[in-house]
Amino acid sequence: MHKESEIRDPLILGNKTYHDITRDIARPVEGKANKYWWILFGLSVFLFLWGIGCMAYTIGTGIGAWGLNKTVNWAWDITNFVWWIGIGHAGTLISAVLLLFRQKWRMAINRSAEAMTIFGVVQAGIFPLIHMGRPWLAYWVFPFPNEYGPLWQNFNSPLLWDVFAISTYLTVSTVFWYIGLIPDFAMIRDRMSKTISPMKKKLYTLLAFGWSGRAKHWQRFEEVSLVLAGLATPLVFSVHSIVSMDFATSVIPGWHTTIFPPYFVLGALFSGFAMVETLLIIMRKVVNMEAYITIKHIEYMNVIILFTGSLVGTAYITELFMAWYSGVAFEQYAFLNRATGPYWWAYAAMMSCNVIIPQLYWIKSIRTSFIATFILSIFVNIGMWFERFVIIVTSLHRDFLPSSWTMFSPTFIDIGIFLGTIGFFFTLFLMYARTFPVVAQAELKTILKSSGSEYKNKTHE
Amino acid sequence: MNKKVLYAIFDDEEILLESVKVLRSKEIEIEEVYSPFPVHGLDVALGFKETRMAITAFIYGCIGLSFGGLLIYYIMISGVGKSWPMNIGGKPNFTFYQNFPAFVPIMFECTVLFAGHLMSLTYFFRNKLYPGATTTSPDPRTTDDKFLMEIIVEGDDNKMRKLLKETGASEINEKDTNNE
Repeated sequence: MHKESEIRDPLILGNKTYHDITRDIARPVEGKANKYWWILFGLSVFLFLWGIGCMAYTIGTGIGAWGLNKTVNWAWDITNFVWWIGIGHAGTLISAVLLLFRQKWRMAINRSAEAMTIFGVVQAGIFPLIHMGRPWLAYWVFPFPNEYGPLWQNFNSPLLWDVFAISTYLTVSTVFWYIGLIPDFAMIRDRMSKTISPMKKKLYTLLAFGWSGRAKHWQRFEEVSLVLAGLATPLVFSVHSIVSMDFATSVIPGWHTTIFPPYFVLGALFSGFAMVETLLIIMRKVVNMEAYITIKHIEYMNVIILFTGSLVGTAYITELFMAWYSGVAFEQYAFLNRATGPYWWAYAAMMSCNVIIPQLYWIKSIRTSFIATFILSIFVNIGMWFERFVIIVTSLHRDFLPSSWTMFSPTFIDIGIFLGTIGFFFTLFLMYARTFPVVAQAELKTILKSSGSEYKNKTHE
Repeated sequence: MNKKVLYAIFDDEEILLESVKVLRSKEIEIEEVYSPFPVHGLDVALGFKETRMAITAFIYGCIGLSFGGLLIYYIMISGVGKSWPMNIGGKPNFTFYQNFPAFVPIMFECTVLFAGHLMSLTYFFRNKLYPGATTTSPDPRTTDDKFLMEIIVEGDDNKMRKLLKETGASEINEKDTNNE
């Protein structure tokens, strides 16, 4: 059996037995939603519907409904796209990279983090889709034998690499998530009574794929999880590297830098962890998971935020240094304009939210406080949105020809679509929190004896 | 003739593991073990061979890599690309070798796509997991907190019951054959 030092803080609080874990994880699925859930759900659905309306208006009238102009031809759409994709990265990091590093604390949070990944990537996908203008022709991005010439994609374009990277990422993450979910769906299925809730029983029987927990199946399960983690790890790094190449392979000052792939990947992990914290701090209260998602989990994530946040800060400074050191006037101006130009406030928001504020996590009392973490995670979410806005809009709005210099301001359609995706994201997440086992209980049971507080105390005596 | 199927239920994975070892040392065949979570060392104790899931993933990955390579070779180099080779942004598609750096992302993604999905499908197929399948576990508590060992006994089963009790089984049930 796995042994763990007793001085490490327990990952499962309270004197839990295996049956307690089963009961606690199944409770939100079996019980009724409380008032707060309905309020949040209603609000999310409202935002989502508003977003749908704005998207429909965009498709009906054209991209002119957005605040884009000839100079700033990419703005909120790609900002939101990169923001959502970045948020997705923490889920895969938690479930895949931390699995490879044998970090046991991932077990309580990986299910929800990965749900966040999938829902986040869905939101991200909406933006390029509607930006196409004719979304019903979206399948043209995939190579398929055709009679239009034949007409094929340009495989030298990073935008096409994006198509491949994000579709692979979305589908592989979903499969990874689902394979882990099957034993937990089986647990719920076996608790449901045929007489009291026949429909639910049927539904979970369908979802559980007939899982019965045979020894050989578990052996395969563990190997498949490990291999999928091994595949997902380079995948998560490749996805945001490729997203960064959308910018880095172009010749726009401020975009054309080789630091972009690592810088974007770190920023993605940074923002992803912040969103995981935002969600989990609420979720642990709403569905009573306090014994499983503990302050220790939050502290571990805060350490990662501190680390990646500092690296992101280093990347910002490196960018500034390289712009100066390059000796290229255009490059130098792009960065000077970012920090001191008309969008200085966005740059200041990015710097303070991403670099300065996370440094508070050096203080242990802040790192181990739910309220402080929640507030700081919101700052990071906002800061990372501004990072993408700064990179995209400030590099474009003063381009090569001063006569075409202009400003960007979003229309209410831009804002509506962004809020709509936030609504859609929370709608999905809230539905997930009521119908899915939100903690990977089968995995968690394997560490109960090594990391549960009762067993820790026993070995300590 | 007089075959009986015994279901020994254990409350703890360590007791189960010890019991499996004792039974195996007496050369008693264990039909199946059902558990709510993966028990480390159980596959070794039961004498299972190593699973070949990782090998399948490697093979599928190789197929994906070749598919990705051939796909872009056809689209960018030999097919349409041949009729109008161009050099845009330092990415010339005159030969596969020259254009190779731009193909790395696609080939990588195809490798992961094929390896991940096809291995998962193999896993579902080998475990007979599909939507609509029903559980084969004899006791619904095996997804909660009980560990179940299935043993087929011929003739007198009292000796086996005693042995199972001695090694820590908390209850022993018999398969109800009348209903089938």
